[in-house]
Amino acid sequence: MTILEFTPIVFVISLFAGFLGSLTGLGGGVVVTPALTILLGVDIRYAIGASLVSVIATSSGAAAAYVRDGYSNMRIGMFLEIATTLGAVYGAFLATHVPVSALSIVFGVVLLHSAWQSNRQHKEGAPHLANDPLSRRLRLEGSLGGGTTIEKYRAGRVKTGFSIMFAAGTLSGLLGIGSGALKVIAMDQAMRIPFKVSTATSNFMIGVTAAASAGIYLSRGYIAPGLAMPVMLGVLCGSLMGARLLPRMEVKTLRRVFGVVVGVMAIEMIVKGITGG
Amino acid sequence: MATSSGDKRLERVISNLLRTGVLLSGLVVLLGGILYMVRYGNNPVAYAQFHGEPEIYWSLSAILKPVSELKSRSIIQLGLLLLIATPVARVVFCLVGFAFERDWTYVAISAGVLIVLAISLFVL
Repeated sequence: MTILEFTPIVFVISLFAGFLGSLTGLGGGVVVTPALTILLGVDIRYAIGASLVSVIATSSGAAAAYVRDGYSNMRIGMFLEIATTLGAVYGAFLATHVPVSALSIVFGVVLLHSAWQSNRQHKEGAPHLANDPLSRRLRLEGSLGGGTTIEKYRAGRVKTGFSIMFAAGTLSGLLGIGSGALKVIAMDQAMRIPFKVSTATSNFMIGVTAAASAGIYLSRGYIAPGLAMPVMLGVLCGSLMGARLLPRMEVKTLRRVFGVVVGVMAIEMIVKGITGG
Repeated sequence: MATSSGDKRLERVISNLLRTGVLLSGLVVLLGGILYMVRYGNNPVAYAQFHGEPEIYWSLSAILKPVSELKSRSIIQLGLLLLIATPVARVVFCLVGFAFERDWTYVAISAGVLIVLAISLFVL
């Protein structure tokens, strides 16, 4: 295949990845990595480098709209980033002492369960206004909508959420991917933050987590410019489309999409663990 | 509670910063990409085996020099560095924004995130 044929294919795959990633708060890696390795026969290390680029592009591309429209909560995002970035550093230290393939399988099973959970429960009612003193002091709150239908929310179970975020960061440091899923789950299921705020705030956060490991990937030579180019441009266009769609999307539909994508990701993790990739 | 007017302004600033970072890096990558396609479009794809990208594609001083000589892949890589810098700049802007609001708790939180980021970028 020539570069002229290869580049448009990668662009279209990335467009789809950016679209899904920006809606679900998962980044584009779930789609980009397997598509490049399985469909196009790209070496896993180049695919991981491309996936990192796709996460940062999805995050920044969509967050511009989400922050302006009040879906990404900057205080919640910044506060929880302490946990995820610390976790990522800790994960990088652990990496040589932990059986990564066994961990992939365990994490895959956890994700499968969470994907199931996020669709099963929750009657989408009024947003949760937790009366948590720590949450009050840290102003982990916000409002959605406009005009007469403003709905206020405040995060609950701050310590639990913070701990899951630390675990999410550690896992992303150890396994390379998958931190977006745990971020959304921690905000949605533990802290009871409205679902769209959870996915948009996760989307806002993943760029910083990914930027933290960019230096390592660059110096290892994982980021190939010719491959990263269509990935970045495709993901950017896709994430802008996703960000336009989110406000009009039904939460129920969004949950279903999230569940399916996380389910696929879980199976990827389990396969990766078993094959030792 | 809810968001104060200072928060609204900070949200606008951050939104504009992210949009600028993304557009700028996107344009640079697009420019490099067009040059790359014109020059190498008919070459076969070679990502099946991992070679590791040479240092000229990631070290900052090495990237900046070939840009002046219009090496297409160095232009792409410069765009990618701008993209990677965008979320980091976002944390810096948040820190300054919270300082303007005199929200010292969040100035400290933002500074904490920056320090951990610096550790992961330069120490690890």
